[in-house]
Parts: sequence; structure tokens; C-alpha cells
Amino acid sequence: MSLPPFQTVLEEHREDVLRFLTASIGRQEADDVFQETFLAALRAYPRLKRADNLRGWLLKIASRKAIDAHRARKRAPVPAEHVDPGAAPPASSALPDEPLWEAVRALPDRQRTAVVLRFTFDLAYRELGDVMDSSEEAARRNVFEGLKKLREEYR
Amino acid sequence: MTADLERLLRDVGPVDANAAQERFVRRAVDDGLADVAYAPVDSPVGELMAAVTRRGLVRLAYEDGRGDAVLSDLAARVSPRVIEAPARLDDVRRQLDEYFAGRRHAFDLAIDWELTHGFTRRVLQSTARIPFGELGTYRSVATGAGNAAAVRAAGNALGANPMPIVVPCHRIVRTGGALGGYTGGVQRKEFLLTLEGTLPR
Repeated sequence: MSLPPFQTVLEEHREDVLRFLTASIGRQEADDVFQETFLAALRAYPRLKRADNLRGWLLKIASRKAIDAHRARKRAPVPAEHVDPGAAPPASSALPDEPLWEAVRALPDRQRTAVVLRFTFDLAYRELGDVMDSSEEAARRNVFEGLKKLREEYR
Repeated sequence: MTADLERLLRDVGPVDANAAQERFVRRAVDDGLADVAYAPVDSPVGELMAAVTRRGLVRLAYEDGRGDAVLSDLAARVSPRVIEAPARLDDVRRQLDEYFAGRRHAFDLAIDWELTHGFTRRVLQSTARIPFGELGTYRSVATGAGNAAAVRAAGNALGANPMPIVVPCHRIVRTGGALGGYTGGVQRKEFLLTLEGTLPR
């Protein structure tokens, strides 16, 4: 089996990866994690055994990198004196419905990943399970729990 | 509410994947991960596709709508880490520009011979020693490659030249002066030999 040139993979999936990361961690950090994702993918690429689901492979890497970024942010929170609770996010970095996405980002890792993959990407539960290394059933549960929490917190 | 929520979750707004890609390519090159870096190069004989590895120029192809095939071939035969990185090709582009402007007679480029093997490589290396303003024959490069009788095989080797122009297979003509064939078509051979002032008449 021969792999397509990495440039082709990059051009075909860059938009999806960036949308996924923007949804998962916000516009400001998405660009940095995009770099991390594609560098990790490029490193691993020659050892890849199959090329039939490159989007799923990239989303898997991206979802792990997004979780890493969330954990790093928790370890190093913004110093309190810099937080202005009343400040709106800068217009350039705001998503169309920022409060909703803040609620999404506040979800536990697996629920957040599942919700974004399911609704922002229309992934079928089986594919979602593949990306998240879980069963279809667990993927379904994560989506359900995540959505329930969003409904409670986002009105 | 649920339907509404699901609808809102579809919309992350516009993203600038171009900017993200440009930064990624710079990082990939800096980190030494672009095993094959390529870029298109304009020339008077049509668009060329140039590719380098860490060792040097590995491919220079007449694009002719075959760009994708050239890249797939590089992915299969050199490394699938094929990245479009024009900055890595600056030196190649500059030297080609100078050549076509008549200001450069010899290329000063490292060559990666990875895509060639055995007799073919020896024929091409023998061809690479023919200077600007001179011509060789199929017989002379066969001899240079160590097998004077293998004239036809030498022709095949030149036809498989992965770096036309820089490895000047256009300088090889038939004994007696007939032009012979050329990878990119005989018109290009005529153009290059006219540029070099050696077109047989």
C-alpha cells in the first residue's frame, strides 16, 4: 500500500481539523494546537498502516491534543488579576455563539469531544467510537450526557 | 430547544486554514520533517515541478498536468512526507532563472540520485559532466557509463532522467547530428540547445 503525499492529506483535512479544534478549545488556541496536531501526524505518517480513514486518524490526534491543551490550561490558569469577568472576548476570537461554546469547553474531556464530533462533524456513532477508542455505546452515552449538561447550563 | 442547540453546535464560524497551514509548513521545515519539499517553478519551457530532499535536488519535472502523479511517485519512492515548501526551493528557482536568462552556464546544486540506479545512474552522471556549449552522443554516454555497446539502454536511461535541464540530457544527440528524442518533447530540446547555441543544423 502506498500513502498519498502528506501535502494532499493536509489540504484535504486542514479545514476539518481547524474547525474541530476551534470548537473544542476556542479560536485563540486552535491555531497552536493545529500545529501540534499536524506535526505529530507528519512524524507518524510513514508508519501508518492504512490510508482509508485519514480524517478519522487526524481527528483522533486532534482530540488528544485538544485534551492535552485543556489540561495544560487547568494547570496554568490565567492569573486572577488578569481576569475581567465582565469583559467580552475580543470580536476576532469570538465564535458565533460564544456562551454556548464556553459551556461546551467546560464539559468533561470525553463528553466535549463526543459532542463536537457528533454535532459539528455529523460523525456516525460507530466512527465516533473509532476516533475516541471507545465502543459505539460509550460514544452514544458521552454525547447524551454532554448534551444533557449543555441543556441544563446553557439557556 | 434540543434541535436548536444541535443547530447552534454546527456553526463554529469561518476558520482561516490557510494561515494555519503556512505556520505548520514553516514548523515542519524547521523541525526537519519535510523529507521531500517541492514547489512549482515557472520557466520559458513551461511550468516545472522541483523537489529537494535533505541531500539535494531529487526531481525536476515538466509539469504538463502530471503534477499529482509526480508527487505520488515521490511519496512512494522517496518518502510520503511530501510538503509544498517554496522557500526550500529558492536556490533551485534562482539558478534556473539565471540559466534561462543566459547568465548561468553551470548549476551549482547538490543532487540526490535516489531515484536512479545502476546503469541509468551512471549514464546520467556521465551526462551531468557534459558542459554548457557542448554535445554528447548516446554512444559517448554509454561509454562513459562503462558499456559502449549499450547505446539503446543509454537512450532509455536518458528518457528516465528525473532531473532534466539540470542533468542536461538535452545535450545528447545521435551520432551524425540528428536530434534524437527528449523527455519533455523535442521542441523543448530545440529550445534548450538554441539557448546554449549548440542546436545541430
